[in-house]
Amino acid sequence: MSNKVRVIRGLDMVGLGLLVPFVKLATGEAPRTQAREILQSVGLPVLAIGAFLLAWSLLASSVETSIGSVPGPIAVATEAGNLVADHRAERAKEAAFYERMETLKLKYAEEGKPWKDRRYSGKPTYFDQILTSLKTVFAGFVLASLIAVPLGILCGLSDRFYAALNPLIQVFKPVSPLAWLPIVMILVSALYTSADPMFEKSFISSAVTVALCSLWPTLVNTALGVASVDPDHMNVARVLKLSQMERVFKIVLPSALPLIFTGLRLSLGVGWMVLIAAEMLAQNPGLGKFVWDMFQNGSSQTLAQIMVAVFTIGLIGFALDRMMSFVQSLVSFDVAPAKA
Amino acid sequence: MTGYLEMYNLGKTYPGADGPAVIVEGFDLSLQQGEFVSLIGHSGCGKSTVLSMVAGLNSISDGGVVVDGREIDGPGPDRGVVFQAPSLLPWFTAFDNVMLGVNKVFAHATPAERSDIVEHYLTVVGLGDALEKRPAELSGGMRQRVGIARALALAPKVLLLDEPFGMLDSLTRLELQDLLLQVRDREKITTLMVTHDVDEAIFLSDRVTMMTNGPAARVGDILPIPFERPRERTALLESDEYYRLREHLLAFLEGQELKRGIAPAAA
Repeated sequence: MSNKVRVIRGLDMVGLGLLVPFVKLATGEAPRTQAREILQSVGLPVLAIGAFLLAWSLLASSVETSIGSVPGPIAVATEAGNLVADHRAERAKEAAFYERMETLKLKYAEEGKPWKDRRYSGKPTYFDQILTSLKTVFAGFVLASLIAVPLGILCGLSDRFYAALNPLIQVFKPVSPLAWLPIVMILVSALYTSADPMFEKSFISSAVTVALCSLWPTLVNTALGVASVDPDHMNVARVLKLSQMERVFKIVLPSALPLIFTGLRLSLGVGWMVLIAAEMLAQNPGLGKFVWDMFQNGSSQTLAQIMVAVFTIGLIGFALDRMMSFVQSLVSFDVAPAKA
Repeated sequence: MTGYLEMYNLGKTYPGADGPAVIVEGFDLSLQQGEFVSLIGHSGCGKSTVLSMVAGLNSISDGGVVVDGREIDGPGPDRGVVFQAPSLLPWFTAFDNVMLGVNKVFAHATPAERSDIVEHYLTVVGLGDALEKRPAELSGGMRQRVGIARALALAPKVLLLDEPFGMLDSLTRLELQDLLLQVRDREKITTLMVTHDVDEAIFLSDRVTMMTNGPAARVGDILPIPFERPRERTALLESDEYYRLREHLLAFLEGQELKRGIAPAAA
């Protein structure tokens, strides 16, 4: 397999197929075809984005709100720059704080006074909040997967088990995170009582809510994947007299894997969407809380900052989906490997 | 007479809305050890039903199947099955696909011995240098070769072939027929094959069993194929005997078709 083919396959797998014509163009393969491909896959989206930005800036300036006019794309971009600058400044302050502490510590040691380490307690920056959100969504997602995959396997293996569980699945599946969250918060307050908690209660509540809302796609798809194993493969298992365990691990699970990952991908998407709402209410210091705080704040920058958050949420959601689609392509054995 | 593989009064009935549907009824056939018998008939006549009952994959409504003096109860590795679709597990290599059964049947052998068995049979079917390939990397003919190796590696008492070459192009089909002939001459394994290809049946079999059209299909006629083994295709095609046998089979199948034409209500 040549390097070029390898690069193209890699790009396809991570969902950056639109870069493929550039690679081909760089190696001088059919320039005309590549030019047309690029126009189609890059030119058209760029055009659409341009039209969107234009419409936005034209419409934005014509709307007046109680906190000033609606910001256009440039104002939002400036605000994004401010958030990055804020982050840098805060980090610099933090570094300076710890430096001061070091010198102080040395001085205390010289004077023989007892020393206690202090942690910097500045406000979380925008990037800290993104990180918190990512941690929360992954915690919820892992929790959801740990519940949904085994349950889905049982549902797929046993019609009776599925029949028993199906009504519950159908009833709980459409419930909004906003309905779950108060229950979860009260339960977490009641049950998660530790003098020195490892996690914040708001973190646990948000993660559990994410899990409750996002486990359904995985559960349903896993059940479907397990139930729709090729009957020929099951016949092979019967002829070979494989044990129940061998059937599950050598035949059922591998063949259900692509659908399980489809479910996981959908779940992560749902989880990310739900997370913002959960954080808003639970006051988990992530993007949801950021949006809420900005809203309460009501300054002239509020709208621009919330719009930055909207784009951030969208881009991260997109990146998460690409990531899952990459993992999915790793486990789907059906894809015929490229011929060398 | 008692055979190595015996089907006596075998029947298959499905319950239906307008009373039970009788697919196969009173099917009697007996194979001697090492014999190769084909089951031929129109599509839908129930020949595959008979085979899957012998394999134990389809429940038996009536009568029974005896292999080496023992009545069968469900599927088992003593009857190796080659399915029409190769039915390989796509997440396993050719080697692992064969190993899956070998691990089961030769549980007491050492890993090295088991590995030897797998390699031996994959080499027998001509895939000695494709051990680590996955099904997606193999052609249809090669996949079916793995399927044959998988069945043979179980050291089964009986080999059951369900239209094994039905999904292959005609050139590949001829190749695999030759392969099957070689394997039979070497392993002397008792084989029951379902096919609708008259030439394939004559070329490979010691006897060809013709099934009547359903419902309630049964053995219509049995034609012994007297050619000496090892056989060679070109020599067979030059003999007058071959065409006489072919004519006999075709006449039977045409007769069945006519019967169906006269009694359409039965369909």
